[in-house]
Amino acid sequence: MLFLRRTLPLIIAFVVGMIGILVFYIPHSGAQSLEQELATWDRIVAAFALVLGIYSLMRLHWSRVRRQQAAWGYSFLVFVGFVITTLFAIYNDGIGPFEPQVLNSGPFDWMYKYVQVPADATMFSILAFFIASAAYRTFRARTPEAAILLISAIIVMIGRVPIGASIYQGLPEIAQWMMDVPNLAAKRGILLGVSLGIVATSLRIIFGVERSYLGGGEE
Amino acid sequence: MRYFLCCIILVLCAAQLYAQQPTGVKAEDTPNDSGGSITVVWNRAELPDGTMYKIAVSESETGPFHPAASIDPSGNLQSSDPGTFGHGTETSQMHFAKIAEYDDPVDPSKKIAIENGKTYYVQVIAQLPYDEVFPSAIASTEAYENFFNTLKTNNFVLGTIFSLIILGGIFLAQKRELFIRRIAGLEALDEALGRATEMGKPVLFIHGLHPMGSVSTIAAINVLARVAQRTAEFNTELRVANQDPVVMAVSQEVVKESYLNAGRPDAYSENSVFMVATEQFSYAAALDGMMVRDRPATNIMMGYFYAESLLLAETGASTGAIQIAGTDSYTQLPFFITTCDYTLMGEELYAASAYLSREPKLLGSLKGQDIGKAVLLIVMILGTILTTILGNQTLTHIFTAY
Repeated sequence: MLFLRRTLPLIIAFVVGMIGILVFYIPHSGAQSLEQELATWDRIVAAFALVLGIYSLMRLHWSRVRRQQAAWGYSFLVFVGFVITTLFAIYNDGIGPFEPQVLNSGPFDWMYKYVQVPADATMFSILAFFIASAAYRTFRARTPEAAILLISAIIVMIGRVPIGASIYQGLPEIAQWMMDVPNLAAKRGILLGVSLGIVATSLRIIFGVERSYLGGGEE
Repeated sequence: MRYFLCCIILVLCAAQLYAQQPTGVKAEDTPNDSGGSITVVWNRAELPDGTMYKIAVSESETGPFHPAASIDPSGNLQSSDPGTFGHGTETSQMHFAKIAEYDDPVDPSKKIAIENGKTYYVQVIAQLPYDEVFPSAIASTEAYENFFNTLKTNNFVLGTIFSLIILGGIFLAQKRELFIRRIAGLEALDEALGRATEMGKPVLFIHGLHPMGSVSTIAAINVLARVAQRTAEFNTELRVANQDPVVMAVSQEVVKESYLNAGRPDAYSENSVFMVATEQFSYAAALDGMMVRDRPATNIMMGYFYAESLLLAETGASTGAIQIAGTDSYTQLPFFITTCDYTLMGEELYAASAYLSREPKLLGSLKGQDIGKAVLLIVMILGTILTTILGNQTLTHIFTAY
């Protein structure tokens, strides 16, 4: 049992991890087809996992509806949306479920274009107000760091709109310099740390040093 | 005298002919590929405007040769492909062409692919305006599959060096205690979980949008394992929201195992790790609703986030929850820093699991990471000095990705 729960996953992680690293350097068709084979397995696993995902979603919302928890009406809408979308996908603009899905026409496409896309756009548009409220909180210059942030944000914001150049001609250049030099330097510093972090995490998992993904960590 | 003049004219004609004829023609297998391609190289020459190089391929030395490519003499210099031909000054004096197929002699609209292990004969023809042609000598080669991509040699060497440094750190940690700098966000994790326990409210763990193959998601899963163990010990409700079904399946197993390890398998609920939505903004909308309705005491957001980061974190902040975020997405870091109580920036996300476990071997890898960063800093300073002051680009070339 311990072999199946601990040792086998560690062996699989080591073997697949090493294959993943090696095929990056080997252009031979054998290595490339092995990589494609692994990607196919990944897609197959994802397809099965999608069934689990749908089951989880339905079970969660069914328990909300059954217990009539707060805002259970939204959970009911999940079922309505799921059933309607599935029926439209099966209907497939009249040609049935065994043909490739029809794009740019039919009720399934209509649902996507006129329900999903506007709903997504609505959520995205809310971001503007959230940015404003978050910026307000951040720009209260209580500390020297917040004051620096406030000044640089004002320069960049004003430097990026036409009125910035009207106030002072050099403002767009200063804003661009701030983006190209201090901002880019910080960004690259983070990226270097992230890259090394990825190498370290990958090594820890491949060599079995990191085992918390198996649950708990220590044996 | 007449004979002498004729000789001179003949010599000049021959010299002119030679000047137009492509020289130094060599054919070889195209390196760093899985075969099916050969590369032809030849010397650069001064040619009249409107001249084109035609590459012709044959399966026999005696021909017939079939058109394979047409090259403008102003382009295709080896200097434009330093990964394959290097950075030497001679690369600006050599042309190259990679040939993967040639015209079918029966139907020129179709192409015949280069086969591995078959000898091909190649000729470079300088086609001057008014259709004067000057064919080169014939070169031959075979295409074959390569076992190592030499373009990635620098990546391989540097990756090996950094891996050895990190493995060295792990080895060193087993010998003596190492100092690891304090990470405030992780120090506050117990406090945040304790607050949820005191308030009797749940802890909401939110995964980012990347799938299981992403290292940031693996790092988030590692943090989840630690968090689940603590919530099991504190007997606090944990809710794990997922956007990807594979991540959800892995999270379910990890949380279940953590509860088992903590000696509280009974406290694990199947409903605690759930699928929310696969679409980005549906995910954000559903989680915003959960935050507002259920008011979790602690929100933990780990992984790679996009525009939904601020929607989640700002809503969480408005509910008064303690928020700890960790991401390697530098575009979303300002939003998390603004709205969360603690933020794990970039590499701190990867360090989180090791830091929380306090296991010497895992902490050793963090030390290795720090040494790697110090090495990179020294290289950057040296590279800046060499390039800016001395005009030497050696270090820049070593660190260039092809």
